[in-house]
Amino acid sequence: MTTTTVPRRTGQPPLQRGKVAPTVILLIGAIYCLIPVAWVFVAASKAPGELFNSFTFAPGSGLLENLGDLFSHNDGAYGTWALNSLLYAGLGGVLSTLVSAAAGYALAKYDFAGGRIFFGALLAGLLIPGITLAVPQYLLLSDLQLAGTRWSVLLPSIISPFGIYLCKVFAEGSIAQEALEAARIDGAGEWRIFQSIVLPLMVPGMVTVFLLQFVGIWNNFLLPYIMLADQTTFPLTVGLSSLLNQGSGSPALYSLAITGAAVAIIPLIALVLFLQRFWRLDLISGGVKG
Amino acid sequence: MTHAMTDRADLPVAPAPTDDRRPRRRPSLRPRLAPYLFSAPAMLLYVAFTVIPLGYALGSSFFAQRLTGGGILGTRRTVFVWFENYADVLTNATLVAGLGRLAIYGIIAVPLTLGLALLFALLLDASGTRLKRFGRTAIFVPYAVPGVVAALMWGFMYLPATSPFSYVTRSLGLGTIPFLEPDGLYGSIANITIWGGIGFNMLVIYTALRSIPNELVEAARIDGASEIQVALRIKVPLVGPALILTSIFALLGALQLYGEPAMLMPLTNSISTTWAPLMTIYRDAFVLDNLSSAAAASMVLAIGTAAFSLAVLAVVRRVSRRGMA
Repeated sequence: MTTTTVPRRTGQPPLQRGKVAPTVILLIGAIYCLIPVAWVFVAASKAPGELFNSFTFAPGSGLLENLGDLFSHNDGAYGTWALNSLLYAGLGGVLSTLVSAAAGYALAKYDFAGGRIFFGALLAGLLIPGITLAVPQYLLLSDLQLAGTRWSVLLPSIISPFGIYLCKVFAEGSIAQEALEAARIDGAGEWRIFQSIVLPLMVPGMVTVFLLQFVGIWNNFLLPYIMLADQTTFPLTVGLSSLLNQGSGSPALYSLAITGAAVAIIPLIALVLFLQRFWRLDLISGGVKG
Repeated sequence: MTHAMTDRADLPVAPAPTDDRRPRRRPSLRPRLAPYLFSAPAMLLYVAFTVIPLGYALGSSFFAQRLTGGGILGTRRTVFVWFENYADVLTNATLVAGLGRLAIYGIIAVPLTLGLALLFALLLDASGTRLKRFGRTAIFVPYAVPGVVAALMWGFMYLPATSPFSYVTRSLGLGTIPFLEPDGLYGSIANITIWGGIGFNMLVIYTALRSIPNELVEAARIDGASEIQVALRIKVPLVGPALILTSIFALLGALQLYGEPAMLMPLTNSISTTWAPLMTIYRDAFVLDNLSSAAAASMVLAIGTAAFSLAVLAVVRRVSRRGMA
């Protein structure tokens, strides 16, 4: 956020009396957003018996026991799910960013036959609901013997129309045509130009696309839910859902699901808060001036 | 990987000097070919995972499995049935009821998500607000929580046995709040997606607000406009593009509701396996093995989604153009 180079109104006027309403409303919003997070951490500390028998915001005594149960449940399935999530979101995010950057650059800086059509098709792709594609994607990957493998989640995650759109917008704003022409006159090849001029300039945009993709893939439920059947390939979202579904038979698993949810959100909240400052959300809000 | 294409095998074998000072070499990519090569991975993946699946869904929506011949000798054959699947879908009471529930949910969730996101963005941008950093960070936290995990967390906060809200109302003698009863469900599910959606939309709108030139705001203040007037008359119209984009995304997200009700299902009997249209489609495709029906239903949803989004876009454009003039 702080990377935006827009001149800011600096210095706040002293707080006027009777004008606390904006701050109060903002605080209510903040509390509303934090309450479930606080609750899930408190609930994760409760032993299964305490979950249903004590005031819900009173901390319990079973945190370590719950954590032990969580990571030992089903031969450490939870750890496997976490690693799977990391694999899908990390590798998928990186590949998706590279593919998007190359395509976005081509669409922004070259006038080529078919470019417009491709871009139009991409924008139309934004409007297609996930499940419309997920069902035939599943059938397609079944034919290729890939359904149920980690590839079936990874491959469809790489293509991101929105990522390409953002990279195109960013390339238009940040890469000067003259720099490209000068490099061409100096005899640099197109790949070389892309590597040594374009990519470094596009890093801020690519960080944004990577974060959006990472969080998007990490949080995705439907695609892995449809594609995967084997517990050992599940990401966290599908794994927790399976835990909860078993829990409707035996409430002891509820504690496990809650503890699992609490543990699952910690790394992602940390990542998002840490990387917030590198975001170029002006890409999305239409404020890119380059 | 990055060097694979620069070190071409057909280059002179003489030991090359340092990579950067290599004498004139053949351009590794011709300018005319380059854009195709750069967009090739994206195009291939788009064709493989969007165009072909979409074509497949469209194609299979016109076919159906039929029993022909009758009796024990009857065989299942796939026959072309024109728009029969579509007719079935549009007259299917289960799916239509699901669409109705989706509409109620959407009418609650979309305006509230955007309205609250805009409100908090304006508060962050207003001069008199304090604790901005904390507020911004706290409201953004839910973005990092996966939708199904959010549903799990809220689900337990709704469940009578574990709900802190019902705990309070019970001790006040008001009884349990019917979060998971049929009527309360709309608000309960909408609340989960609103909670998850405000932060991101708020940041997008806030970023747009920050790019408004200071002079415009100052001029209005000098002319005696109150902070609320500045917000409504100057800031909101100027962030139109961001509002359009966020509303399209909110709408698309709402129409694709699946994970939240599916996640709440184990906690209540009020959510059937066909509560939301996507749940019906999933059931048709993977439980009932009726792919043609699922394909037709998802095509209807896709066309409906696209048409709805374009209509909203057209209306918003017209309104904002009038506002600008």
